[in-house]
Amino acid sequence: MVIFVFSVIVYLLLAWSGNGIDMAEVIIGIVLGAILAFAAKVWNPRKFFSFYGLNPARWGMFIIYLFGPFLLGMIKANLDVAMRVITGKIRPGIVRINSGLKGTLATTMLANSITLTPGTLTVDISEDPEGGNLFYIHWINVTDENPEEGLVYGTFGKWARRVAE
Amino acid sequence: MNALIILFLIVGTLFNFLGTVALYRFPDVYTRLHGTTKCTTFGSIFTSAAVVLFALQKLASSGEGRFGTLAVHAVIAVAALLITNPTGAHAIARAAHRSGIMPKFAVVDRLAEDQKKKGGVSA
Repeated sequence: MVIFVFSVIVYLLLAWSGNGIDMAEVIIGIVLGAILAFAAKVWNPRKFFSFYGLNPARWGMFIIYLFGPFLLGMIKANLDVAMRVITGKIRPGIVRINSGLKGTLATTMLANSITLTPGTLTVDISEDPEGGNLFYIHWINVTDENPEEGLVYGTFGKWARRVAE
Repeated sequence: MNALIILFLIVGTLFNFLGTVALYRFPDVYTRLHGTTKCTTFGSIFTSAAVVLFALQKLASSGEGRFGTLAVHAVIAVAALLITNPTGAHAIARAAHRSGIMPKFAVVDRLAEDQKKKGGVSA
């Protein structure tokens, strides 16, 4: 369902010519969205008719996250990496962190946030036998070999839990 | 308004330039990915923001619908970039580690340690 809704919205945004939308465009969008939704059914058949991922409160939270802590973290990260490009001061390493996240959506969101923010890059993810997902993160400036969550990616873990789990 | 657009273009180009410099400066594939993913994403966001501002300004002054389309398309491009860029970097880093390229000058490599441990248990 979420795939269908999103394909239709994005199609209409792309087809919009600035003066209103033809009925034909809406029909084409709905047909294309249905085709895409059916094509993606293979990956999670159980969620095909559910409204998973369409909760407006969570989307509101996601937008707050995107323009609040995420944007700030990204600006900091870019200044930091830019300084490192110029000065060449690095101390890289791969560290392991248990995020405590279980859902695939939350994991994806956190992994992408990590890659785009302060000197960190997600290399691999595996499941911890004790629960939660283990993140292997390439960190450009290792200050602690067994770091806590907060030291590496700040409050992103909490936000991912709040928005997507 | 024009000054703001030019400022955004300059900042965006600067970050894209730094991302390219990072490719030459850094020693191995992982650190290079840092430079290329972060700096180019951030730079492209700024250039796209300049496009959006330009389009909105034209829309307000001329009222032609095609400038609204331009702004919407730029926003969609940024959204696609924000999703695909980190995903691609993650895929490259994972593939590099799996094919045995170790990070240079690394002070710690937990992933390799854990893989060795797992291999030891199963073998």
